[in-house]
Amino acid sequence: MSPSLITGAVTRREALKRMLLGTAGLALAGRFGVRAGLGEQRARARSVIQIWMWGGPCHLDTFDPKPDAGYDYCGAFDKAIPTNVDGIQVSAQLPLLAQQADKYSIIRSMTHGINAHETASYMVQTGRKPGRLVYPCTGAVVSVFKGYDHGYKGLVPPYIVLTQPQGRFSEAGFLGQRYKPFSTGGDPNRTPFAVEGIVAPGISDQRQGGRRDLLHGLDTLGKAMPANPHLEELDRCETKAYGLMFGDAKKLFDLSEEEDETRDRYGRNTFGQSCLMARRLVEHGVPYVTINAKGWDTHKQHFQTMRQKLPEMDRGMATLLQDLADRGLLDSTIVWWSGEFGRTPEIQWNPPWNGGRGHHGECFCAVVAGGGFKGGCVVGASDGKGKEVVERPVYPRDLIGSMYALLGIDPDGSLPNPRGLTVQVLPSGEAGEESGGLLKEIT
Amino acid sequence: MTRALLSVVVLMAALQGQGAEPQIVGLFERDAAVEANNRIDDLVLASLRERGIQPANVCSDAVFCRRVHIDVIGTLPEPRAVRRFLQDDRPNKRAVLIDAILEREEFADYWSLKWCDLLRVKAEFPINLWPNAVQAYHRWIRDAIRENRPYDQFVRELLASSGSNFRVPPVNFYRAIQGREPSAIADAVALAFMGVRAASWPEARRAGMEAFFSRIAYKCTAEWKEEIVHLDPAPADPLEAVFPDGVTVRIAPQEDPRRVFADWLVARDNPWFARNIVNRIWAWLLGRGIIHEPDDIRPDNPAVNPELLAYLEKELVDADYDLRHVYRLILNSRTYQQSPIPRSDHPDAEALFAHYQVRRLDAEVLVDALCWLGGGGESYSSAIPEPFTFIPERERTIALADGSITSQFLDMFGRPARDTGLESERSSKPTAAQRLHLLNSTHVQQKIARSWRLRQVVAAAGGNRRGAIRGLYVTILSREPMPDELAATLEYWKTSGLNQRQVVEDLAWALINTKEFLYRH
Repeated sequence: MSPSLITGAVTRREALKRMLLGTAGLALAGRFGVRAGLGEQRARARSVIQIWMWGGPCHLDTFDPKPDAGYDYCGAFDKAIPTNVDGIQVSAQLPLLAQQADKYSIIRSMTHGINAHETASYMVQTGRKPGRLVYPCTGAVVSVFKGYDHGYKGLVPPYIVLTQPQGRFSEAGFLGQRYKPFSTGGDPNRTPFAVEGIVAPGISDQRQGGRRDLLHGLDTLGKAMPANPHLEELDRCETKAYGLMFGDAKKLFDLSEEEDETRDRYGRNTFGQSCLMARRLVEHGVPYVTINAKGWDTHKQHFQTMRQKLPEMDRGMATLLQDLADRGLLDSTIVWWSGEFGRTPEIQWNPPWNGGRGHHGECFCAVVAGGGFKGGCVVGASDGKGKEVVERPVYPRDLIGSMYALLGIDPDGSLPNPRGLTVQVLPSGEAGEESGGLLKEIT
Repeated sequence: MTRALLSVVVLMAALQGQGAEPQIVGLFERDAAVEANNRIDDLVLASLRERGIQPANVCSDAVFCRRVHIDVIGTLPEPRAVRRFLQDDRPNKRAVLIDAILEREEFADYWSLKWCDLLRVKAEFPINLWPNAVQAYHRWIRDAIRENRPYDQFVRELLASSGSNFRVPPVNFYRAIQGREPSAIADAVALAFMGVRAASWPEARRAGMEAFFSRIAYKCTAEWKEEIVHLDPAPADPLEAVFPDGVTVRIAPQEDPRRVFADWLVARDNPWFARNIVNRIWAWLLGRGIIHEPDDIRPDNPAVNPELLAYLEKELVDADYDLRHVYRLILNSRTYQQSPIPRSDHPDAEALFAHYQVRRLDAEVLVDALCWLGGGGESYSSAIPEPFTFIPERERTIALADGSITSQFLDMFGRPARDTGLESERSSKPTAAQRLHLLNSTHVQQKIARSWRLRQVVAAAGGNRRGAIRGLYVTILSREPMPDELAATLEYWKTSGLNQRQVVEDLAWALINTKEFLYRH
């Protein structure tokens, strides 16, 4: 389907919706984001695991190798290896992921042209260019349509970040506090994984209970003003909090419940154990998990850093894909690997960089698997040196729109806006945003 | 013991609304005839009488001392200051404390924080001020607040300055707006200084105001991230613009249209200007605007007490835009000094200021309070690696300049993202995640366990358990314990089977988790 056809469809649908809703119905419009019974497209995916390579991973050194580009482009990583899919090669640094290529598709033509972290992070995760509003990122949008407002009853919040929030921009955008992620803190590679608030090392359940009674005995202000609506709200939150502390949530985060062998397979490092944790969370129905993997902004010491990080990523992510598939979860779980951009194909050998790579928003790659995405495909292509897209550009909103479609979230639906504005989940194209069209070829 | 407390609760419930259990009354409020302290009270009490609403009692000295510290300087009172205030028997001691508090350095920190929210001061997305411009801008704002610069002058400088973002800090006003088109600027100006959402105006009115901001230009220099905000040097014809009150003005090419607008805005007879700021200050101190939301002033959202608003406006203008004068008036009123315990179940009692509205501490104030009790600081960092993002370990959170500083705690507790400049961006709503964090996180746990301050409080009692408990109460809740509370905590000490260190941790933990600690009251 050509982009113009998509635009046409959107306009008609949107026009119809506006007619039906009228201005009075706008407050309710948020409910219309999920295609309820329209029968157009059933949700195929239930959850998303976003593997966020904070700082921008190099496309050449991962999923878009250019072994023939020469030393100034490849540096030490000048080999590509075949995968378990005929005709697809990845960097030789990813031997385990090479064996999983039938499960994922590589998009080698991601582009937005932005080289600043904050703006690029925003674009890749919201599908929008900076404008008057700050839009929510995918995790917050998914937690609108798959979270508490739509019957989510999980033990833990619907949008979880392992382990630290991203910063750079406000993930929930104008949606506000309610849709912010729960970031766990702690380190899943340590025992115990001290999830802030849920697992407090050194306090026994018995003492915890004694403390609670003490607290309630000393709640003098609460007793002096019973039935105060502000204070009652806190009581409700407290009941929920204790449910999390004493209930099964603790077990959910307890990685020692996994076999040692499983934990080894994921890799005994923060990234590997985060992948394992993410699997446990989607297994329990959490709709959106972000693994915020830091350290990919390698202006200096690029190759030294990659020698440590790539094997960890290779092991953790390959095991995650295999494990999800073995447990029958891959069909309902989208795994999305991406950073905010790629890195400059040409290596900066000069001081002060001494073998580093800069930011490159013109052309980079993303990987998607599961939840309805086909595996074993390559979408688009970059030129011989990985500098520019030469075939089938994919813009962030194309990828995000494709994920929403698989999740059963209507990109033309509306988001709740505290100021009462009508805001579409994704821009329709009328505003002139660039688009290469949804990823029909792999969904 | 638990039974004793329970009977208090039952008694409380029975007596609610008709002067409850005397001990608790004495703790939070004092039972006295309703008497106005100043003109504000005349106007508030008149509006309450009209509707048959019984105002709350005046709060106790202990509540007042804690409240005025938290509301005005975002800081817990020191135990010494609490004891001194409680022992002071001068009849005007509240007024004396207010005067002292308004001169504290933390006053400038705390209100700069508020202004930086409204002016969207952050280094990164979507407001890309960049760290050194953030530092310069924050310092400029703080200096203005510290020296109590007349409010009209403050706003005029924000609107009409030109120059480098590093060297002429107020020009960052225009850089801290998402979108550089005149309509975006007009919206931001109307929101910040008129309390109005211009997006809802008729198109013509909005376009008329946009014209004042149509000649602003920006250029880069050779210095990394420096930007000059200036007036487009080549206007061809006189510019026609319309003030929001509908008056048209022609602006000659050599005139700065921003200056023309600023002159109109800060004029003594412009109702928008003074109304916006006095209504905001009222809302900041009392939790709710006379017009509410305070930044949504429009004809169909009237003031609940128009005479009160008009009085405050006049006071500000007559005092030549001295903002501290307005703070002082409000803080000295009986209305501000009311107890949070309502004496009326009228549905509008809170909106008409018949009692003090309880609300959760601001994220920054709460974490500072926890740090102070814990005897340490937070370590903050920015995603931008550059010298201007270095933050010393002991820096107070209320003094942070940059809204882009990454902090899980602040995000969780409703720090505004500084994306829109709307008051509602800051959230004081409690969430389960916040509750989890306070009840059970290593972050809070370690602050308590490693606190030299709490250890010192206990050591000062020299082994006397009662003394230790009293010290903890004054340090954490800024008051002495009631006999019942003392008995309950002594009982816990005796029967819990924990060692002294653990008991002290548990007591501190419990007091920190009471509503009394977490809520302004």
